[in-house]
Amino acid sequence: MAFELPPLGYDYASLEPHVDAMTMNIHHTKHHQAYINNLNGALDKFPELKDLGIVDINKAVGTDKLPAEVATVIRNNGGGHYNHTFFWKVMTNPSNTNGPSGAVKEAIETAFGSVDEMKTKFNAAAAGRFGSGWAWLGVKADGSLAISSTPNQDNPLMSSLPDTAAMTPILGLDVWEHAYYLKYQNRRPEYIAAWWNVVNWEQVTANFEAAKAGSVPL
Amino acid sequence: MLARGLLAAAREGLNVAPSMTRSISTVKLPDMPYDYGALEPYISGHIMELHHTKHHAAYVANLNKALEQQAEAEAKGDVSKIISLQSAIKFNGGGHINHDIFWTNLIPAKDFAPPSGELKAQIEAQWKSLDNFIATFSAQTAAVQGSGWGWLGYNKGTGRLEIATMANQDPLSMTGLVPLLGIDVWEHAYYLQYKNVRPDYIKAVWNVVNWKNVADRLAAAKK
Repeated sequence: MAFELPPLGYDYASLEPHVDAMTMNIHHTKHHQAYINNLNGALDKFPELKDLGIVDINKAVGTDKLPAEVATVIRNNGGGHYNHTFFWKVMTNPSNTNGPSGAVKEAIETAFGSVDEMKTKFNAAAAGRFGSGWAWLGVKADGSLAISSTPNQDNPLMSSLPDTAAMTPILGLDVWEHAYYLKYQNRRPEYIAAWWNVVNWEQVTANFEAAKAGSVPL
Repeated sequence: MLARGLLAAAREGLNVAPSMTRSISTVKLPDMPYDYGALEPYISGHIMELHHTKHHAAYVANLNKALEQQAEAEAKGDVSKIISLQSAIKFNGGGHINHDIFWTNLIPAKDFAPPSGELKAQIEAQWKSLDNFIATFSAQTAAVQGSGWGWLGYNKGTGRLEIATMANQDPLSMTGLVPLLGIDVWEHAYYLQYKNVRPDYIKAVWNVVNWKNVADRLAAAKK
């Protein structure tokens, strides 16, 4: 069964003015679609890998479960497909969300002192990622929250890669230039600051609960 | 040793000649050889202006800042600090080097001339034709994952031209090749005009490549 582009779940304009409609449209219909097309193309030669599902495909990156011939294509495009599927869900129209609360808020305060301090650290990881990549808030093996950034389309599921700290992501931010350039140009910190307005905290809470229960949210 | 002493003395406000206190190198944002709009319609004036005044300027500013911090750390003998500055020097130094070359590699379309002489001969000897070289270079450059550059470089050891791609702002010099022609494929280089269609941007750039500059660089590398 080939991977398919999931629907966004909201209109392209829903995240305005923080993330512009044209960016959402191109990001979803062109960039994400291309990752899926390339992933399906690579997996045509190894159909048994399709049955793994996208989460396990990502976890297999850097291991010998992936044939050498397609290892890089899968890392880039399997990563791209998971990352963007995850990303659309952790964003929503600002009127649909109420900010962190309950168990996830407590976990944030335990790990970082306060929500604001978590954001400061997250912003630094996002702004400091040189070139293309992502910033992540995730649950480590010991159940605590941590922040990391990864290059290109890597993510914390790819823990077999040498420089990737294992985490189950609960929140992530795309800092590839295509995610913000039309509206923000070089001003990545401005994009990062505006993005907090569209974070879907209810989804982040659901992700946190799934992670604590030992499963990977998608 | 002398420079370190002067730096420390200057910080204490002692009377040292200002021109002697800065022992560190600083880089400057180079002027563009043409107006921002001169590469239209192939690369938009808006992109050229942002690329020069924001992106390249930031690499210059951040490089200078890192070099200054490195000099201070050297004066104090703080090796840990020196080490911690190296990635900023690599990112921003590479960014400066690469863009410094890039602006000279481009020329307004009205002044375009195809390669000739030794450069043309060497391209044809190695790739059979200019078209085949362009197709090969374009395919490899389009395939760069994330941010990076496509390069034509000169291998001093073998005397041959080579196509290579580099990630992020890693300078081609890391491979030992001498950079002759670079195409920036960071999304900031093309997104406002070409969106996700990187291959269209690469195709367009060939209309504004300054082959004389490439030939001059090759001649200099061969000396």
